[in-house]
Amino acid sequence: MRRASLVIAGLMLVVVFFWSTPFLWTLVASFRPDAGAGIGMASLVPDYKPTLANFSDALEAGDFAIYYLNTAIVAFGILAVQIVTISLAGYAFARLSFPGREIIFYVFLLQLMLVPPVLIVPNLRAIVDLGLYGTLLGVMAPYFASAFGTFLMRQTFRQIPRDFEEAATIDGAHWWQTLWHVLLPMAKPGLVAFSLVSLMAHWNEFLWPLMVLNEPRTQTLTIGLASFALGSEGGKEWGVLAAGTLLVMFPLLALFAAFQRQFVDSFMFSGLKG
Amino acid sequence: MTSIATEAPSLAEIRPARRALRVRLGRRALPYLLLAPSILLLAGFTYLPIFRVIWDSLHEQIHGSRENHFVGLANYVGLFSDTAFGQAVGNNLVYAAATVPFSMGLALLFALALQRSTRFNAVLRALLLFPSMVPLVAAASLFFFIFLPGVGLFDYYLAKIGLHGANWLGDPDIALWSLIGITVWKNAGYYMLFYLAGLQTMPGEVLEAATIDGANGWQRLRYIIIPLLAPTTAFVLVIALINALIQVDHVIVLTKGGPSNATKLVLYYIFEQATQNFAAGKAAAASVLSVAFLLALSVISLKTMERGAHAAS
Repeated sequence: MRRASLVIAGLMLVVVFFWSTPFLWTLVASFRPDAGAGIGMASLVPDYKPTLANFSDALEAGDFAIYYLNTAIVAFGILAVQIVTISLAGYAFARLSFPGREIIFYVFLLQLMLVPPVLIVPNLRAIVDLGLYGTLLGVMAPYFASAFGTFLMRQTFRQIPRDFEEAATIDGAHWWQTLWHVLLPMAKPGLVAFSLVSLMAHWNEFLWPLMVLNEPRTQTLTIGLASFALGSEGGKEWGVLAAGTLLVMFPLLALFAAFQRQFVDSFMFSGLKG
Repeated sequence: MTSIATEAPSLAEIRPARRALRVRLGRRALPYLLLAPSILLLAGFTYLPIFRVIWDSLHEQIHGSRENHFVGLANYVGLFSDTAFGQAVGNNLVYAAATVPFSMGLALLFALALQRSTRFNAVLRALLLFPSMVPLVAAASLFFFIFLPGVGLFDYYLAKIGLHGANWLGDPDIALWSLIGITVWKNAGYYMLFYLAGLQTMPGEVLEAATIDGANGWQRLRYIIIPLLAPTTAFVLVIALINALIQVDHVIVLTKGGPSNATKLVLYYIFEQATQNFAAGKAAAASVLSVAFLLALSVISLKTMERGAHAAS
């Protein structure tokens, strides 16, 4: 029994090593000096004196500062609006009873399956009609409401005992005061989980911004990285590409390191989102 | 005859009554007001677009103008007579049939191997989870180098053990499998999380009883663990199928559907028709079919989940 689990542990160590080689290579290659097309570029062994030249090259070549800013505006802008819409809707579903609640709930439920990527064609036309083509707002608008977030908030609010609100109501608090001062502070775990999933999804998104944005000034990190990768075709500048990829991934990895537990929990929730 | 005047409430009584009415109306309207922003946005960017894309798929847009005329099912006929679309559907079926079982099978194995909560396992789990957190575009640009013929990571190390690499992205017989490999690498760690959660809720007594009855490891897995994980499997299956339809970032970055349409997936086909070929009718028709697939998938999954719930109760 003991030996079996040791064998499994050893086996998994090997598997995980192979699984991680793409990242390992990125790390090794990004600090490798003289990023030529040399045969040694593929080596996973850091047999060199590390340099930051690739990073500064990537930052210079790729307008990363603007891409970071645009990506942050998109990801945090979506999140800010979502927190308002999902808190209000989640509160309505969790605490109020009203005619049509079931049907409206199903309307939300169905949206979980009708994932945005299959609607890129009509949504692009909607964005054009609204005059938002080429703008960051056009990238954000389709995500301002979130069925997934509404469910998450509904579940979170439901787990809070009603006593707290009743006390607040007796003291003469309005519904919005109760929501703001009592429910939302207690719903923090749900909000954090949702925020992590939402930020990651929109930080990583590519296809939709690629369709909506049409000039370099408004591009996001993923688009910048893609044109960067395609630009380095032919086997040159691999170290720079590795550095650029690391720059795109870094904020997420930092976020993951800071919130590892919540990340795992919120990842599980996000399964609903597809 | 009683005077109406005596029955009419005095002004002093009306005011509170009106205020009460207003409060009551306000309370009635409140839920709808709270839901209004979400409903408007869901309508604008999910439900109306569905009707619009259905309408678009039945019309031909005259290029350069806003005029349309009704063409019936002509766009669908055009879609099905386009060999590229047929290839895209075929590729997507192969892609789904390979990525879904491979990534789910690995996810289950990883979860079984790492289910005990030790520090060592926590580190390995995090490393396996890493690929699912980075953008698919970032993964694709890494694999761009990994798959590079001759000097890439793959060929470099294959050469060290005396093997010849291949033209991983340039050979029509191999390219789709290279993309499948990326997808499995990227998603297996994510699905592992669901199996880890499923294993945590597994009743320990059942497994103990089976062990006492002399069931070996394989029998416990085959007859107890896998059946008990069925709800998790059903759930992950739905996510994995949706992902097989909607993840095409790596196609855009690495192959653009080529070589000779070998890696063209349905959503990439839609993207290409809409943005490069300006074939709005075909793009709309293919979108309608994708939406229909998702609706069918949700009906089936709701039905099976209901049945599962009945079986459990």
